[in-house]
Amino acid sequence: MSGPSTYNPKSGIEKWIDSRLPLPRLMHDTISTFPTPRNLNIWYIFGGILTFCLAVQIVTGIVLAMHYVASTNLAFNSVEAIMRDVNYGWLIRYVHANGASMFFLAVYIHMFRGLYYGSYKAPRELIWIIGVLIYLLMTATAFFGYVLPWGQMSFWGATVITNMFSAVPVVGQAIATWLWGDFAVGEATLNRFFSLHYLLPFIIAGVVGLHIWALHVPGNNNPLGIDVKSPQDTLPFHPYYTVKDAFYLVCFVTLFAGFVFYAPNFLGHPDNYQPANPLVTPPEIVPEWYLLPFYAMLRAVPDKLLGVIVMVGAIITLVFIPWLDTSRVRSCRFRPLMKQFFWAFAIVCVILGYCGAQSVEATAFGIPLVWVARIATLYYFAYFWLIMPIAGLIETPKKLPASIAQSVLGDSAAKPAE
Amino acid sequence: MAGTTGDAGTRRDFLYVASGAMGAVGVAAVAWPLIDQMNPSAAALALGTSEIDIASIQPGQQVVFKHRGLPLFVRRRTPAEIASANAVDVNSLPDPLARNAALPDNTLATDASRAVKPEWLVLIGVCTHLGCTPAVSTPQQPQGEYGGWLCNCHGSAYDTSGRIRKGPAPSNLPVPAYTFMSDTRIKVG
Repeated sequence: MSGPSTYNPKSGIEKWIDSRLPLPRLMHDTISTFPTPRNLNIWYIFGGILTFCLAVQIVTGIVLAMHYVASTNLAFNSVEAIMRDVNYGWLIRYVHANGASMFFLAVYIHMFRGLYYGSYKAPRELIWIIGVLIYLLMTATAFFGYVLPWGQMSFWGATVITNMFSAVPVVGQAIATWLWGDFAVGEATLNRFFSLHYLLPFIIAGVVGLHIWALHVPGNNNPLGIDVKSPQDTLPFHPYYTVKDAFYLVCFVTLFAGFVFYAPNFLGHPDNYQPANPLVTPPEIVPEWYLLPFYAMLRAVPDKLLGVIVMVGAIITLVFIPWLDTSRVRSCRFRPLMKQFFWAFAIVCVILGYCGAQSVEATAFGIPLVWVARIATLYYFAYFWLIMPIAGLIETPKKLPASIAQSVLGDSAAKPAE
Repeated sequence: MAGTTGDAGTRRDFLYVASGAMGAVGVAAVAWPLIDQMNPSAAALALGTSEIDIASIQPGQQVVFKHRGLPLFVRRRTPAEIASANAVDVNSLPDPLARNAALPDNTLATDASRAVKPEWLVLIGVCTHLGCTPAVSTPQQPQGEYGGWLCNCHGSAYDTSGRIRKGPAPSNLPVPAYTFMSDTRIKVG
């Protein structure tokens, strides 16, 4: 995609195509010979896994759309028909529903990986920001998708999320009405959510293209966070990383299949098997697990507008990370102070998720969870806006290795790679 | 170049700005229908009135009806509930406004300005926080500390006049415009 091309068309037909549409050249330079740092560890497998997840969601989604009916009277029953009547409908729907969870599991690991190894730092800021955009599109797509079965959680999740826009001063209610196409969530809302749920994955696919393009300009970051200095620091992407990614993809798919075949509803909520009832809110409404930390933040703030600002701010904050991190060193492996704050941050995110899953008035060890969520929310923001800029200035990083090759192969790295 | 008028710009500059401006108007004109189509359709706007029979509702009981796609609370209050609604200093409320569609916007939230007849409280049952339907409080199953409603989604508590007392909801449960057609029938909307 960038840099000098190593593609060398041999046959006449390859030359003919290359001089007209250099697609084989693009594929060759992107996938086959792309020089990749030789020290990428297991945390670098998720780019490939995420691409796989997107493909699975698109394929199963297109098939489900052949049987699903986006109408408030028929949606719930059409999903039941998919589960009972359509050939392999149960399988395809469970793959799609659990696929969303797997997608988010992988994207969260991918994001924490980037945070830990400083993959957002120059010259990779745009890769990170495009990644945040992909994440935003994913949450929107997942939200629209969750509404479609038109169960109780679908309906009330849609109600709560769309009502957040009504917190906007002056025009809020008009925005909510515009989103609904009515004065409450209903037929018009369901139809447009289906339309957008079908559209967004293709937008995501396009933005993923940009993400990979931007990645291929500076190349991969790596666990050491130091730049590639010589060809001995790298390996061609194929076969080294294609094989590694394929192996871990099989492991990941095994976990995925475990959910699909043995616990297909484990990550869902039983209330969504009740048809939507606009007159009765379930006693507890919770979003899907991957949105729980943000839900906890929303509930931690006892003010409507501020709560929404905090929740949206938590995601928008991610965009500024490349400039909030003042450290000269990328990888937390060489940042003894930041490493501790990072793990505390990871634990805080899990705590927020736990708080979001409990009822409003729940307590743990006698402490109201809403206060736990408040402190955790405070840490979430402090991590980015205070700790990150300050730690980078006061911390003394450990000594960086001279090169990737030296770190991996020892001092014998001076000799040519095998 | 012909038509040069010194520093004030050329005819070509004028054409450039004029076509740019017309282009912007054209884009806006095309965009507006695509945006406005998402607003409520004529069918959604053609909202009827609802006539509701309230004869069967017992004192202390609430029945939920559907009005314009939204839950409508009709609660027959006990004397104790009315008394507790009247015992509140309006100026101490988080939202001191009546939120009654039949009354001017700046009316204070006294119980009298929220119920046409003290015994009957008619409200749009949509939490003013994020739109859940709050659960009604009864002596057998209290919900929240104020005897009215508790929204289980995010913990907003309302009193026996449907006024917000605690939690993230910014305003009182709205009172729709309604009239008593007889002692046992109301017309809403």
